[in-house]
Amino acid sequence: MEDRIDKNNDSVMEESENLQNSIVNEEVEAVDNTENVNTEEAEVATDDVVAEAGEPSEGNEGEAPKTEKKKAVSRKDMTMAQWTWHEMKRNKIAYLMIAPFMFVFLLFTVFPVVLSLVLSFTNFNMLEMNWDMFIGIKNYTRLFFEDDIFLLACKNTLVFAMITGPVSYILSFLVAWFINELSPRIRAIITLIFYAPSISGSVYLIWATLFSDDAYGWVNGVLLDLGMIDSAILWFHDEKYAMTLCIVVALWMSLGTAFLSFIAGLQTINKSLFEAAAVDGIKNRWQELWYITLPMMRPQLMFGAVMAITGSFGFGGVVTALCGFPSVNYSCHTIMHCLDDYGNTRWEVGYASSIAFVLFLIMIGANTLVNKMLSKVGQ
Amino acid sequence: MQKMRVRNHQVVLNRSVGGDAGIAFFLIIMGVFMFLPMYYVIIQSLKPLDELWMFPPRFYVQHPNFKNFSDLFTLLSDSWVPFSRYIFNTVFITAMGTFGNLLFSSLAAYAISKIPFPGRKACFWVIQRSLMFTSTVTAIANFLTLSTFGLMDNLFAIIIPAWGSSMGLYLMKQFMDSSISDDVLESARLDGCSEFKTFWIIAMPMVKPAWLTLIIYSFQGLWNTGASQYIFSEQLKTLNYAISQITAGGIARAGASAAATVIMMIVPILVFVITQSNIIETMASSGMKD
Repeated sequence: MEDRIDKNNDSVMEESENLQNSIVNEEVEAVDNTENVNTEEAEVATDDVVAEAGEPSEGNEGEAPKTEKKKAVSRKDMTMAQWTWHEMKRNKIAYLMIAPFMFVFLLFTVFPVVLSLVLSFTNFNMLEMNWDMFIGIKNYTRLFFEDDIFLLACKNTLVFAMITGPVSYILSFLVAWFINELSPRIRAIITLIFYAPSISGSVYLIWATLFSDDAYGWVNGVLLDLGMIDSAILWFHDEKYAMTLCIVVALWMSLGTAFLSFIAGLQTINKSLFEAAAVDGIKNRWQELWYITLPMMRPQLMFGAVMAITGSFGFGGVVTALCGFPSVNYSCHTIMHCLDDYGNTRWEVGYASSIAFVLFLIMIGANTLVNKMLSKVGQ
Repeated sequence: MQKMRVRNHQVVLNRSVGGDAGIAFFLIIMGVFMFLPMYYVIIQSLKPLDELWMFPPRFYVQHPNFKNFSDLFTLLSDSWVPFSRYIFNTVFITAMGTFGNLLFSSLAAYAISKIPFPGRKACFWVIQRSLMFTSTVTAIANFLTLSTFGLMDNLFAIIIPAWGSSMGLYLMKQFMDSSISDDVLESARLDGCSEFKTFWIIAMPMVKPAWLTLIIYSFQGLWNTGASQYIFSEQLKTLNYAISQITAGGIARAGASAAATVIMMIVPILVFVITQSNIIETMASSGMKD
């Protein structure tokens, strides 16, 4: 089925290419500048062409001969568009290979962002199903000037992310770095201990038991027993403690992918570099860290930062499970909760979309900023 | 001249004893902090009822038994929807989602990593950016999409989006970049191997750690699928949801819920223990280069 479509395309493509050829030839004579630009770019890829000349066109039988009828293909003879077209045809199998993934990926990851942006300019409401309500930037003005709870949620989210993100990032790196020189078996055990909380699903609910509101919670029990408090503290349901405790829990389960990436990255650094550095006068492990380890680790550091930032914005579910929804006096209300509230409870999809898009911008912005900062490490 | 010390049969440079001690201290404190809650869950699940409600609470068990676990199974066997149905749902979601993600991601990763088609850079750029935001952002729009397709209240509402998860693809593409040399693929193509055959026979066996890692990631995500906004029918709910309902039963179920938590956490941990070396190998190439 797919093949047949491809072949049809081929013949169409050929015709259009011939057409393009004639047009292009005239253009080239008329405007020298464009030619220059093209050849400049072409130079880069000439190696490719030379390499290809030797091999018997494509590996795919049946579809190949068409290109052979023309004179030998060199990139210099073609405009950028033609070259791209030629390459696309030559590698069309690749499009077949990425198609299934890209279809699902675009539909469920990229399209939602675009849809959120579009819907955020409407007051679309799932209950009324009103399709034609364009209200401009009213949702955004409502968000930032009228919705006090959203502003509070913004503040909470930023506090939460700005503490858990960097701390979990630094913690991941330090632990990975510290255990790097231990023997493989001990390293594996320590890795497991630190990594386990992040993969064990709902095990974080044990914190609700440890810090439960009654005297049977372990912390309250111990404090009461020691006579340090008179009555049980409402830990997760007390404005004073809720946020701090949530941050602690978030940190507890935040040594995830970034941590593994650091462990692996540290293992790949060439050991002879450290010996050379010691000869050159590096005096202690901290200098070694700054001058050798960190610069060598830059790719992993970038990846780890992305994971840490994304993770620090993804704790809505944990907070809900521990503090309830909404939390006492909105003390732990985050943007994720706002989104849930408007999206899944009130079905104000238009307004919720504007929240989703703001959250998207915040996350992308934070990542871009941090990546900029990290590119300066060790320089 | 500095003092040189030997550790694991290697000369260790630039290390002071004080520093080592400080690091050991830090690791022990952090390790205790990380491990204690896990330990407490296990202890709770082994405590008989009278010890669960003892004051002050103890960090050890005097008479460990497995009554909580048998209680759990009694509780579950009484549930309105047979318990095996919850298990089936979770296993079905996990298996289908992981398989699809593995197939789609590895095909796409191979194409992006090894075939120089126009647009590969753009594809990868988008995929890299997609790691930078969470699914919270996409939840509402996906609700609309899935209901348009009539996938509401269907296990495929969870399975299909999992096929397009970009984390596995990212790791696999990076691993392919660093571990498969183009010469090998080139000679396979010269021998008349089609692109699909090259992918299946040459490339896939070479990236075994990467697809194991992808499986683990996908597995971890899907295994912990809880209450979903896309699923309404009780007979389509997952194991994690069923167990969270037990926990919601309040103090009377404290023992059973601890037992349930232990069962839920043991599976991913075991899987990680078995595959740890493969995951670490994959992660070595996870770095971002821009």
